[in-house]
Amino acid sequence: MRSILTLSLLFSTIRLATPLVWAAIGGLYSERSGVINIALEGLMLAGAFTAAAMTYYTHSPWVGLGSAVVAAAFFAFILAVVCIRFKANEVVAGTGINILFLGLPAVLSGALFLSSGSTPQIPKDELLPEVARLSVLSLLALLLVFATQHVLYRTPFGLRLRSVGENPEAADAAGIRVNRLRYTGVILSGVLAGIGGAYLSIGQSSLFTRNMTAGRGFIALAALIFGKWRPVQTMLACLLFGFADALTIQMQGVAKLPSGEDVPVQFIQMIPYVVTIVVLAGFIGHSRAPGALGVPYDKES
Amino acid sequence: MKQLRDLLFPLMAVLCAFAVGALVVLFIGDSPIETYRLLLGSALSWPDGIGYTLFFATPLIFTGLAVAVALRGGLLNIGAEGQLYVAAFATAWVGITLSNLPSALLVPLCCLAGIAAGAAWAAIPGVLKARFGSHEVINTIMLNFIAVALVGYLTQYHYRTPGDPIMESAPISAAAHIPRLGQFIPGLPARIPLNVAFLLALVACWLVYVLLWKTKWGYEIRATGQNPSAAEYGGVSIRKEIVLTMAISGGVAAMVGIKEVLGYRYRYYDGFSDNYGFTGIAVALLGRNHPVGVIAAALLFAVLQRGGVPVDAFTQLVSKDIVLILQALVILFVAAEAMFRRGGRRQGAGGTI
Repeated sequence: MRSILTLSLLFSTIRLATPLVWAAIGGLYSERSGVINIALEGLMLAGAFTAAAMTYYTHSPWVGLGSAVVAAAFFAFILAVVCIRFKANEVVAGTGINILFLGLPAVLSGALFLSSGSTPQIPKDELLPEVARLSVLSLLALLLVFATQHVLYRTPFGLRLRSVGENPEAADAAGIRVNRLRYTGVILSGVLAGIGGAYLSIGQSSLFTRNMTAGRGFIALAALIFGKWRPVQTMLACLLFGFADALTIQMQGVAKLPSGEDVPVQFIQMIPYVVTIVVLAGFIGHSRAPGALGVPYDKES
Repeated sequence: MKQLRDLLFPLMAVLCAFAVGALVVLFIGDSPIETYRLLLGSALSWPDGIGYTLFFATPLIFTGLAVAVALRGGLLNIGAEGQLYVAAFATAWVGITLSNLPSALLVPLCCLAGIAAGAAWAAIPGVLKARFGSHEVINTIMLNFIAVALVGYLTQYHYRTPGDPIMESAPISAAAHIPRLGQFIPGLPARIPLNVAFLLALVACWLVYVLLWKTKWGYEIRATGQNPSAAEYGGVSIRKEIVLTMAISGGVAAMVGIKEVLGYRYRYYDGFSDNYGFTGIAVALLGRNHPVGVIAAALLFAVLQRGGVPVDAFTQLVSKDIVLILQALVILFVAAEAMFRRGGRRQGAGGTI
């Protein structure tokens, strides 16, 4: 067992936690404003595909990253319009966005690259740069967490965002424009989830492949709940889930059960999901959602 | 007037989805008319078009119906995908384990095991909501992933034929097979996998209709969905209703396993579900949570799925994934129904979304 607890495991944990942190903190802005964001998975895919395609065309990862942000923010805006303007069920609308991004990248890459869902390989020197064996986005993720901590608890914007998510009626009475803040929260979630997606396609790997997020948007959502909708705790949850993922990879073919069999990876893969259910049920410290999460705001009612 | 609205809004949502889909096709530089002709036109040929369309519709009727029942009870079951995986595995498990039973016993046992497993898996988020108040949406999503990992583990480590490179279980007993409809319908070749499960899907729709609108149980489920506090005041135990509704929903989703395991692959095949559970959400919404609407919506999505094959083959640039885009757009437009209404008022929460 000791042989696998090495420095490489630590680095691998950070690498695997990075996209989770971006997406989960994105989800935090949306959910703290009172809008459920099931669509993190789809928004990450939007970012991942756009980043890979644009980097391939322009040979610049920065243009790729910028385009990923714009694309994911645009679709987050659509989600916001459907949920806020038309008061749609937020879970249903989010599911729509997720299914959209199973299809849209596949159709576009079929037409642009004549492939069945992936972009061409991007040369290594055109990927996002690394600093000290870690992607710049891993380092920026740490910055993001502390910036979010500051914004949320130490700025007027953060106070308003939280008040809109907890008690929109009171916020409205205090002169805060509820729906405008909710649009901001959802669009920010698109921006950040898009960066998390871009990390997958032009940071961690070098192309977009079909459904390459593989449920990471939902793990990010799980981390957000496990982290009780707070920035630092959410990051710690992402690191825990990243660690479980890293362990899965390192244990394959190495660790054995006492009976001499491989440890089934499926049980390690279940950890984030089981933990979330347990935490939501209140077995390990109660995780309370923002008061008005999922409730559209209607001035007249 | 209400019936007219029930028809009009889904129709407008579908038309809007097709219009946006056409823009996507135009954007990538192909012809929307040709794409839609291929997409919709190939479903009506006999026997392949109709046979495959009904085959594709079968799982979507089950999952659409499952989501619809839950929504009528005020619950959003995003977990049909996990429920049908667990159920399909249980169905196969009985078909493998009790292989010396005669057909007349084995087939019903396989079905019951699957339904029980699906109902139990769905009852977990029901109990969690009833007992701890945790939201069924998050729990059903989490349970989807847990289900996939669990059946993956069982397949890989315990029920795979040694040496088989494919993640699939050993075959089920021949006595557990259910007949393909080609055996009864002249002109429908046996190679088309449309099977008895399609008829079961229609029966399930009828049963759910009777349950929801003709029994006291169903009345209580709908009352809970419409207005939980009023239902509780009227003497309904909300906690019991939540668990019961989820279990019924999961039991219906479970029947996908009958079509898949007993009628098509004759074994458990890992990862067989083509997003059936999630498409079921679109089917239920488009069908306005009514069994008849569910059948109609499932047929529409099945037509598209069938049409995806010729679109892949005969257009230059469009791939069959256009079907996923159309599905997603239908969901978004149905969800944003207020768009089609003057004043943009939202209906009572709960039952109708």
